[in-house]
Amino acid sequence: MDLSFSKDELAFRDEVRDFIAKNLTEEARRGQRLTPSALSEKAVFGSWHAALYRKGWVAPYWPKEYGGAGWTPAQRYIFESELGLAGAPRLLPFGIHMVGPVIIKFGSQVQKDYYLPRILSGEDYWCQGYSEPGSGSDLASLKTKAVRDGDHYVVNGTKIWTTHAHFADRMFALVRTADTPKRQEGISFLLIDMKTKGISTRPIITIGGDHEVNQVFFDDVHVPVENRVGEENKGWTYAKYLLEFERGAGFRASGLRRELKELRELIARDRAGSVAGDESLASRLSEIEIDIDALEMIELKLLSDVQAGRNPGPVSSVLKLRGTEVFQAITRLGVDVIGHNALVWEPRRPLYGLNEPAVLPEEELAILPAHLDGRAHTIFGGTSEIQHEIIAKQMLGL
Amino acid sequence: MDLSLSDEQRLLGDAASRFIAGRYSFEARRTILQSTEGFSREIWREFADLGWLGLSVPEEFGGLGAGAVETGIVMEALGRALVVEPYLATAVIAVPLIAELGSQQQKAELLPPIVAGKSRLAFAQAEPQARFALDDVATKAVRTSVGWRLEGRKDVVLGAPWADHLLVVARISPTQRDRSGIGVFVVPSSAAGIVRTDYQTLDGGRASNIVFSEAAVPTDALLGGSEHALPAIEKVTDNAIAAMASEAVGCMQVLLETTIAYTKQRIQFGKPLADNQVLRHRMAAMAVKIEEARASALNAVLAADADPLTRARAASSAKVKVGRSGRFVAEQAVQLHGGMGVTEELNVGAYFKRLMAIDIIFGSPEFHLQRHARLSRQQAA
Repeated sequence: MDLSFSKDELAFRDEVRDFIAKNLTEEARRGQRLTPSALSEKAVFGSWHAALYRKGWVAPYWPKEYGGAGWTPAQRYIFESELGLAGAPRLLPFGIHMVGPVIIKFGSQVQKDYYLPRILSGEDYWCQGYSEPGSGSDLASLKTKAVRDGDHYVVNGTKIWTTHAHFADRMFALVRTADTPKRQEGISFLLIDMKTKGISTRPIITIGGDHEVNQVFFDDVHVPVENRVGEENKGWTYAKYLLEFERGAGFRASGLRRELKELRELIARDRAGSVAGDESLASRLSEIEIDIDALEMIELKLLSDVQAGRNPGPVSSVLKLRGTEVFQAITRLGVDVIGHNALVWEPRRPLYGLNEPAVLPEEELAILPAHLDGRAHTIFGGTSEIQHEIIAKQMLGL
Repeated sequence: MDLSLSDEQRLLGDAASRFIAGRYSFEARRTILQSTEGFSREIWREFADLGWLGLSVPEEFGGLGAGAVETGIVMEALGRALVVEPYLATAVIAVPLIAELGSQQQKAELLPPIVAGKSRLAFAQAEPQARFALDDVATKAVRTSVGWRLEGRKDVVLGAPWADHLLVVARISPTQRDRSGIGVFVVPSSAAGIVRTDYQTLDGGRASNIVFSEAAVPTDALLGGSEHALPAIEKVTDNAIAAMASEAVGCMQVLLETTIAYTKQRIQFGKPLADNQVLRHRMAAMAVKIEEARASALNAVLAADADPLTRARAASSAKVKVGRSGRFVAEQAVQLHGGMGVTEELNVGAYFKRLMAIDIIFGSPEFHLQRHARLSRQQAA
């Protein structure tokens, strides 16, 4: 066994570091630090996306012919880890990690030619139309209907938890095109222009006070049939393929490590020493660091398996489960560190755009809303309960 | 031994339940939160009419002279409804502090208007450097030819924007951490030399950071003329912790009821969520935590008038037990509500936030765990 990277891999790491040093602005980092919700806004990630685009690193995991980088698994890992450690804004996953791979695998040539370059350039802003008010964990029970009318589908229904629908140009959506006894067999995968007549959105404000998600309503929305990906009623297959990407949405340990480091810096800033000298906080910091070490080792083991061509099994569920729990432990510790200041509510948004002075110092602004919004991490992308179920079934054969 | 409520106490509980059911629905609360002032003067007047503002005020000053059990009963009901009006600051903290420390004349001046609902107070105690230590007081009270001059800063003074008077903890002796040499000053909120920054709090309330700079107050502003107010402050905060523990139990109980109702009606995979054993056990675990929290709160309530060591240990125990239980119950209630639990649209998030606030006010569970350990060593010695 050998834990070290090869000479080439280390050279690649230096290249990534050099790129970050030259292109990741302090403004983008600050914007990310002051984003309490899961995804940052275009004002934050825009310049970083553009820099990655110029370098050809927006979607490095795509096949080379579509603009991918042709990296080894180790290079992917190094890339993501360095971005996490640097505190780079996360690019929106909806185009790059979700609909992009689906179009590449199942889309028509016309769809590939049109959509993929626009995802890479950032020209199209995508959102995901999966969950519905009655269909959360049980996604296949979805009811939004698409009825064929000549060369269009007429869509009626509603989607919920649609992240950034209020910014998005397009939505990829699962819709019901047939009432089959097996619910998974009557679902199709549509690409919908958000400017189409009959689409309206309603903001849903999170307990952290953020507007990140929405409910989207479809009232006789006409979608051209050519905007369907793949075959009619085969959408569930494509959706499952996409969910694999969503769950394996990346390596998280390095990002958690940076968040913990920021917390340590916050404690070190404490003027009176009443926080810095608190042994119980020190123990909890160590406990979290131990969790991150273990998480990182699981990631490396996964990487090693993939490199050797072995099937790593449902380890992405383990990573999702523990990654989100450790994240929540960090945000909770943040709340405990700032003490009484966690009682102060800052209603203004975005936090990175505050012009008037705030009651709290800037480094404490996102702590409370991040903790509150962070409760969603064990819910979205497959709840912890669902992850346990997957582990029980796929890992333990129960 | 008898741990059942008396008839009078049961009647008080019934009246409190009726009041919140009729007057403080979640929608009514939302309207209050969105109002300019952020609290309801009408509700406050009704508190006065119900006698709650004078619950622990001695009878000679127009109150009911009731004890910690009665306060706990009202607080649990207020917790169920997430009442934002500053009952804690005025009736649970200011009243006993004045009753403990004040001169006969100060009590006669200050208490009857509180009972009548005409006066609200805020407790200006916490300071940025002190974290939760009550004896760490840097705000100075300097004697002048005509009285006192206050200098310093108080953070997160709950209910201060709604208060006509502040009870300001200030240091009279020169040493910042000294058990003696601390006084409590009654200061009009509008006094010269006071600069207040008002803001919303996590739980929908309002608070202020307050800077005192050459704030002149008269000689008789010092409660009871006492320069040794720390034991009274400790007693009052311990008892406020017990009262907040009862409030937290009210919050937790609603969260459990709401979660049970939701998981029974939410269908996924062809059956109610509540049919899944893992979720049933989770709710059973929530119920166990609530039982423990309720027991711990009761223990602190019953120790309200015990010797300082017993009282302090019971309060710190409740802070730890209720804090941990509250966190578990709130987090699980959100988790079991799924995405909806993380929105402002359901009341779940509001209870989550109030339980978080209760966790922080007067010290985190970790702070009280250490205090408990210290007190235990004292007791053993």
